[in-house]
Amino acid sequence: MSVTADDVRRIARLARIAEPEDRLDALTGELNGILNWIEQLNEVDVEGVDAMTTPVKFPLPQRVDDVTDGDCRERVLANAPKSDEGFFVVPKSVE
Amino acid sequence: MSDLLKLSLDEVTTKLKAKEVSATELAKDALAACQAAQPALNAFTAFDADKTLAMAAASDEKLAKGEGGLIEGAPIAIKDLFAVEGVSTTASSNILKDFKPTYESSVTSQLWDNGGVFLCKTSMDEFAMGSSNETANTGPVNNPWKGANGEMLTPGGSSGGSAAAVAADLCFGATGTDTGGSIRQPAAFTGTVGVKATYGRTSRWGTIAFASSLDHPGPFAKTVKDSAILLQTMSGHDPKDSTSLPNEVPNFVAACGQSVKGLKIGVPKEYRVDGMPEEIEKAWQQGIEWLKAAGCEIVDITLPHTKYALPAYYIVAPAEASSNLARYDGMRYGLREEGEDLTAVYENTRAAGFGHEVQRRIMIGTYVLSAGYYDAYYLRAQKVRTRILEDFDRAFQTVDAILTPSAPSAAFALGSKSDDPIAMYLNDVFTVTANLAGVPAMSVPAGTDKDGLPLGLQIITRALDEETMFKVGHAIEDAAGFNAKPEKWW
Repeated sequence: MSVTADDVRRIARLARIAEPEDRLDALTGELNGILNWIEQLNEVDVEGVDAMTTPVKFPLPQRVDDVTDGDCRERVLANAPKSDEGFFVVPKSVE
Repeated sequence: MSDLLKLSLDEVTTKLKAKEVSATELAKDALAACQAAQPALNAFTAFDADKTLAMAAASDEKLAKGEGGLIEGAPIAIKDLFAVEGVSTTASSNILKDFKPTYESSVTSQLWDNGGVFLCKTSMDEFAMGSSNETANTGPVNNPWKGANGEMLTPGGSSGGSAAAVAADLCFGATGTDTGGSIRQPAAFTGTVGVKATYGRTSRWGTIAFASSLDHPGPFAKTVKDSAILLQTMSGHDPKDSTSLPNEVPNFVAACGQSVKGLKIGVPKEYRVDGMPEEIEKAWQQGIEWLKAAGCEIVDITLPHTKYALPAYYIVAPAEASSNLARYDGMRYGLREEGEDLTAVYENTRAAGFGHEVQRRIMIGTYVLSAGYYDAYYLRAQKVRTRILEDFDRAFQTVDAILTPSAPSAAFALGSKSDDPIAMYLNDVFTVTANLAGVPAMSVPAGTDKDGLPLGLQIITRALDEETMFKVGHAIEDAAGFNAKPEKWW
């Protein structure tokens, strides 16, 4: 499978990365190089094989539903690009 | 620079306990040495001398009372992927260039609880995506080892700054993270010891995420025993990481020096790759001879899916990265670039904040997870991953450890592979299998090539059996008697 410049424009949009038009051709070549190399996985017989999702073979642990953290608004906001009166300030998203 | 910094971690902590040297003196020496080396090596991203000296003073107080932890008073360098409270933590990325965490990663907390002294943050490939440290936003790190004609070499990556700092005797140990080889390959390139334990042995909490099912925090050290001491302090169950292992941590330090007599060592034929320099093959053969002489039995084994490990990795890791890095949206922390609407703010922020390689991997990840392609790419790669785990399971039915080269070459010149992503990816051909399977693996210096550059051998063992890995690693170290050091030019 290979991608076109249009595909790359769509992928960039999905990934929320502004890629300038003049970068699309170069990116398309790079991504196709990697995707072609990955194609060799088609040689592997994976019939009836389970997908591996984690190397840790025990059930996900459950914890007691206690409040163990919090009450640290200043720390949460310390790295905000913009904040005001204890809130994050974000661009308008609802008209 | 004082000769104190040339000591191993084990030696210096003995001197600290005997009060032959103070933690404060040591911290001052190490800080001065790092700052003097920075213009030449470019290995560091942040210092906080006040914090370092305060921690050293606290260690001196404990040591004066005959108290203190396993590494009390020893200055440790920290890869810039670990959150250190109040200290710049950037993942060598512009998107986090002003980020100062208000929390401490679990691994660094444990190091400090055991008496470690924060020394500095070290440079890395941006978000740990690279094998040469060339994708760092602060530029490449120079390997303390230079090429035959004096050319600058890569220290490897992604944990290049940590590897360089240990190799140049600027600290007594450093942290790294290993997602596809990012501890073991730089360790091999710098003549240091690098370890990645069983997946889940060391907590990922507070370590900036790259590919969560593959990320392994671990140590760089000057000796195998030092690496065991550091891993001992870094390991253990952490309720904040749901994949952290609840198992008790064995005594890694005690395993160092134990006999390897009667151990069965597997030698996989698939690790003999095209174009591999003869000297790597020679170092490998030498390693086999050393272990034979120490009483091990050598067994030829096969790991048939080895060649598919890297392509599988380059689906799984970018897929997980594209999800993990979605959090950098310019809203709650990190860079924000303005735009005409909310989507434009996201897109501009991520275009300005992420470097080229990171953008490329996010896009590969986004593509392989997108509707219509998930089964063909991601699901297939996860099945191939099972095949790779089965290879190891089968091998470990007959052998106790596997011996391979750590990397397919010695350190290469900066700039020589940066235009070819796949050539760069192939650096991790020997290391990436252990990440996919989650089994422990370490790189130990085994000798030098014709240009005098270090070469490493890798030891891989069963999940949860780091003790055998340390035994075999120590036996290799003993036999190799590796004591080459780069000539000081920094």
